[in-house]
Amino acid sequence: MNPAIGYVSIAAVALVSALIGFYGLRVSRTTSDFYVASRTVRPWWNASAIGGEYLSAASFLGIAGLILLTGASALWFPIGYTAGYLMLLLFVAAPLRRSGAYTIPDFTEARLESRWARRVTSLLVIVVGWFYIVPQLQGAALTVRITTGLPAWAGSVAVAVIVAVVVAAGGMRAITFVQAFQFWLKLTALALPVVVLLLAVGGGTAAAPALDAALAPAVAFPTAAGPADLDVYRTVSLMVALLFGTLGLPHVLVRFYTNPDGVAARRTTVIVLVLLSVFYLFPTAFGLLGRVFAPDLAAPGSADALILLLPDRLVPGPLGDLLTALVIAGAFGAFLSTSSGLVVSLAGVISQDLLGGRVRGFRIAAIVSTAVPLAVALVTESTGLAGSVGLVFAFTASTLCPMLILGIWWRGLTARGAIAGMLTGAVLSAAAILAGAPLGAAVPALRPFLEQPAAWTVPLAVVVTVFVSRADRRGIPRGVDGYLTRLHVPERR
Amino acid sequence: MPESMLLAAAVGVAAGALAVGLVIFLRRIVLASKELGTDAEQATYQTLHLASRAAEHLRGGLEGPDAQRAGRHLRALLGCDSLALADRTGAIAIDGDDAVRPAAERLVAEALASGRPAVQRRIPVGAWETDAVAAPVVGGAGTVGAIVAFASPVRAGLVRATGEVADWVAAQVELGELDASRAALAEAEVKALRAQISPHFIYNSLNAIASFINTDPQKARDLVLEFADFTRYSFRRHGDFTTVAEELRSIDGYLKLERARFGDRLKVTLQIAPEVLSTVVPFLSIQPLVENAVRHGLESKEGGGRITIEASDSGAYAEITVEDDGVGIDPAQLAAVLAGGPADGEHVGLRNVDARLRQVYGDEHGLVVETNLGAGTLVRMRVPKAGPRRDGRIAP
Repeated sequence: MNPAIGYVSIAAVALVSALIGFYGLRVSRTTSDFYVASRTVRPWWNASAIGGEYLSAASFLGIAGLILLTGASALWFPIGYTAGYLMLLLFVAAPLRRSGAYTIPDFTEARLESRWARRVTSLLVIVVGWFYIVPQLQGAALTVRITTGLPAWAGSVAVAVIVAVVVAAGGMRAITFVQAFQFWLKLTALALPVVVLLLAVGGGTAAAPALDAALAPAVAFPTAAGPADLDVYRTVSLMVALLFGTLGLPHVLVRFYTNPDGVAARRTTVIVLVLLSVFYLFPTAFGLLGRVFAPDLAAPGSADALILLLPDRLVPGPLGDLLTALVIAGAFGAFLSTSSGLVVSLAGVISQDLLGGRVRGFRIAAIVSTAVPLAVALVTESTGLAGSVGLVFAFTASTLCPMLILGIWWRGLTARGAIAGMLTGAVLSAAAILAGAPLGAAVPALRPFLEQPAAWTVPLAVVVTVFVSRADRRGIPRGVDGYLTRLHVPERR
Repeated sequence: MPESMLLAAAVGVAAGALAVGLVIFLRRIVLASKELGTDAEQATYQTLHLASRAAEHLRGGLEGPDAQRAGRHLRALLGCDSLALADRTGAIAIDGDDAVRPAAERLVAEALASGRPAVQRRIPVGAWETDAVAAPVVGGAGTVGAIVAFASPVRAGLVRATGEVADWVAAQVELGELDASRAALAEAEVKALRAQISPHFIYNSLNAIASFINTDPQKARDLVLEFADFTRYSFRRHGDFTTVAEELRSIDGYLKLERARFGDRLKVTLQIAPEVLSTVVPFLSIQPLVENAVRHGLESKEGGGRITIEASDSGAYAEITVEDDGVGIDPAQLAAVLAGGPADGEHVGLRNVDARLRQVYGDEHGLVVETNLGAGTLVRMRVPKAGPRRDGRIAP
């Protein structure tokens, strides 16, 4: 591959993102018309913005790589990533909007009337955010290594520096329209190559060596990698993690604040579901093409690069270069938008809870919240972007999700119960994730439970929360009835 | 593989239980160590600790579930078998053996009536007998409740201690009442501070409308409707909070009326991030800033000027600024007005908003004003997006 394409598209995306982050809104929203100025964000825009922020390296590169590696079982990832919003729609979206809380810690404090519950929640939100940024930086490292030939760390460092500088300097806030644009950029950057590649393959105009090397369908899609051979426990556990993990993602939940009311929040969620369903068609198609035309990439370190390499292999020449440039731009856009969304919401939480909410505190917090994940990304090796994001989802599902759902739907939840449940979930899922590899090697029977812990950690966290809350009936906050009324009674129109 | 799943769950639970056990064990070691002082010091600490735990629950008065919670700590403090805590109506909460309730009710009624402590011996409770000491809780406004401690036997020490505890409870209840009246005062202050429409504005608007009635009846009609809308918003009674979007709508009406007077001399630039439109702010907290800019910044400036209203997103906060390029304010005079000095009607709007913001969000969220004579004025407010934390009241 020609490294110049990589350099040009990465530099262009980085520059454009930084410029939009600083200046974009200042120009577009200045008006003297009150009607224009006080127009709220339409659900379509907001849904696109959520999509733009949500679709990360795992969705853009990881899913195709995982399909190439493991076959049909990887299809559960796009299903789970999308269906999480169904849970959000059913249980969280409208009540959370009506609560008026901006972040999850805000909600916890208002609902449980406890500073300690707030602190524990903040801590968990920060941990979740950090470990969600790590795969983005690893994705950037991979992209830079494959497309430009530079050492891998350059990609992580570049993304981290851009995000930290832009966010700390005050950019990238209130960027609904920018993130909405990002979604459509990512969709185009995947959809267009898929269509061109399918046309080329179907019309027989693809590069001869690639067509000759293509595997026969029976070899490319063996029944062993098909849906018939399903590991029930792993699949169920993965689905639990992905369905409930979405509920606790800090950068997604703050977007709901932009909706004017609960009804708009629900409508936004429905549109997000539609948008994501459309989007995930394309990484899936990439993965299937990869199984036929690029079986040599099917190794844990290189599978994630499938989307970056396939266009050039199938359609060499200027068209292939163009498609490659588009894909690289989309991937880099995904790293930048997801990480900056996460850094903005993390910096908000850190500065509000630890640094007194000053502007200076926000800057420090922005730098800290990029530096920590960068350090982690530099010392660890990515074994698969979709998988590591899946683990973050498992952690979120076992910690923040039980508190959030019980807080909205169960009046008996107390601060002690919530703290106990969150800590139980955190300790168990973190132990499973961290000690999983050595322990799984020693006791093979335990491996699935350590690799996909959500199916047992989430119920345990819920049980602990419920039991401790029941034992602590006196701890039920005084204002609970009023607060729950506000969460569940529709707004006056 | 359900057995291995059970194994995994068991390992997790065991690890959790072990951790909890370890924490309890360490705590016990630390508490038992001599590091914490002599026996007398520890006894003092225990007493004060129990008293402060009980105090938390006494601030809300002697009624309701709080009395039960306070009773638990008071019983530990007095070291008696059962303890009854009664409010001024004689409704009692008992901590300990509930069989003493009839006796407690009788003793409470006596104590409330006499207002004097009393000791009774050999009260039959079920199959056995106990002694009791009752003490009224006498506050500034008379007897507010009573405490009855049951022990067998009641010694002189307990009688004395019960009397002291009753006095202490009275002090706590009074402190609680003080808290409540302070909160009520704060609320009344917020209500009183609710910005009123300035009489000047009404007078000027009506004059401006009058001047259009003959020359441009349609415009006069529009202005009257605008005036009606604006006054309805400003006079509304429900809720102390509103959203930035609603506040902007009222500012629009206000500026339309002012433009009837100023004509083209009044220019407005808006830069509103749509993400902060639904942020909850105190009712009429931005409009007075605009009014101040018009009346004190631009009215006396030749050729009019420009007002810039900006609302931007700042992490977990929303930042709202109102800027004018008018004549500016003398910083010393402004500082005096904001500090509560004599105002003569100048900048009372600013002072009012500042006071309410401090009242609702705390002192660090007051107005920030950058100004000097001839240099225009910039007023900035920074409010948490999650709404007021102090009292949790947010308007629908």
